[in-house]
Amino acid sequence: MPDQNPAKPPIAPVQKRAEAIEAAMEAHGLKAGAFIQEAEHLVEEKWIPDNGARVVAKAWTDPAFRQRLLANGRDAVYELGLTMPPHHRHLVVLENTPTLQNVICCTLCSCTAFTIIGLPPDWYKDLEYRARAVRQSRTVLKEMGLDLPPEVEIRVWDTTADTRYMVLPVRPPHTAGWSEEQLARIVTKDSMIGVARL
Amino acid sequence: MDGMHDLGGKQGFGRIRYGLNAQVFHEPWEKRINALYGLAVKLGIFNMDEYRHAIERMEPRHYISAGYYERTLTSLATLCVEKGIVTLAELEQRAQGAFPLSAPAAAGRSNVAEREDFKAGDRVRVRTDYVPGHVRMPGYIRGKTGVVVSKSPVYPFPDAHAHGVKAQDEPTYDVRFSTDDLWPDSADKALVHVAVFESYLLRETDPA
Repeated sequence: MPDQNPAKPPIAPVQKRAEAIEAAMEAHGLKAGAFIQEAEHLVEEKWIPDNGARVVAKAWTDPAFRQRLLANGRDAVYELGLTMPPHHRHLVVLENTPTLQNVICCTLCSCTAFTIIGLPPDWYKDLEYRARAVRQSRTVLKEMGLDLPPEVEIRVWDTTADTRYMVLPVRPPHTAGWSEEQLARIVTKDSMIGVARL
Repeated sequence: MDGMHDLGGKQGFGRIRYGLNAQVFHEPWEKRINALYGLAVKLGIFNMDEYRHAIERMEPRHYISAGYYERTLTSLATLCVEKGIVTLAELEQRAQGAFPLSAPAAAGRSNVAEREDFKAGDRVRVRTDYVPGHVRMPGYIRGKTGVVVSKSPVYPFPDAHAHGVKAQDEPTYDVRFSTDDLWPDSADKALVHVAVFESYLLRETDPA
C-alpha cells in the first residue's frame, strides 16, 4: 500500500454501533439483554401518559388534591401510586387558565417527567423545538396548531435542572358531570407538555 | 462549556416536525440503547450529569447531525471506554467500522464560594461565568436579570458531579425572565422560567 497513513475506516452504521455496545456490555457481565427486556416493559406499560392523565382528572374533580398537587407535585403523584426516579426530586405542576398557557421544553437536552407524562415525543427532542420554544413560543405553538389569542399570556419552562414539570390543562367546559375515568381519557401527552389545549 | 448542545434561542431552525401522537422511538435499536444507558446509571457506572456532559462533548458536527438516540449511544460508549468497561478497539472490532466517541472532558469545578440564599421576589443576575466543563446555565441567560419565583430541594451540583469533583448539593431557583430582556426586540413576548443553580446567581442591586 502506497499510503503511509491510511485513513480511518468508514464510520460504522449507527445500528452496528448500537449492537456493538450492547454486545460489549453483555460480554463484560452487565446483563444487558435481561435489562433491556425489563426496560421495554417499563417504556411500553409503565411510563405512559395515562399516568399524568389520571393526575389531571383527579385534580379537576378533587379540589383538595389539586391544592396538594400544586403545592408539592411529587408527593401528590405518589398518593396515586405513581413514582419518579430518585434524581427527579421535585415535580412542579403548572396550572393553565383561560388566559395563561404554560409550555415545557428543555433547551440543553430533552428532560421530562417521563414516568408521569410519558417519554418525550420525537419533536420535543428535535433541535428545532429546543432552539425555538423559548424565543418564538407563540409562533411555534401556532405552527403546531395552537393559535392562541393575544390576551393569553405564555410562560415557557426550560427544564435545565432535575426539577420536573407537568402542565395541568384547563378542563374543557363540555365535560361537566363526567367521571374521573371519562376525564382521564381526553388528557393527552401534548396537553401536559403545553403545546395543545383540550 | 459553550457547546453545540446549548440551543436555546439559536436562530435559523425551521418548523417543528409535529404530528399528533408522535412516536418516541423510530428504530428497535433506539429503545435498546435507551435501556442500556439507564442500566449503566443504575449500576453506578456513571451518573446523569456525566451522561449529559458526554453528549455535550461530542464533536459539534457529529452532535448536530446525530439523532437523539445516536447521541445517547455516543455518550454511553464514550463513558464505558473512559471508565474502563470496554476499549474503543473492541467496540470498533464489533461494529466493523469506526466508532466516533466524544472529546475528552475539561476540568470540572466546585460550588462558587460566595453563594447567597434567595427568596421569592428577589431580583437576581446570572453570573457571567464561562465554564469549560459541564454547566447547566443555558447561554441565553448569562448576565441576564430575572426574578426568583421559588426554590427547589438541593441537588448535586452538576459542574462538579459530571467530573467527579467534590461539592455540596445546592438548590436551584425558579427564575423568571422576560423575552424582552433576553432578546430585546427579537423574540415573541413571553415569560421564560429557568431552573438556575445557586452558584450561577448574584443578587441584582441595580434598580429595575
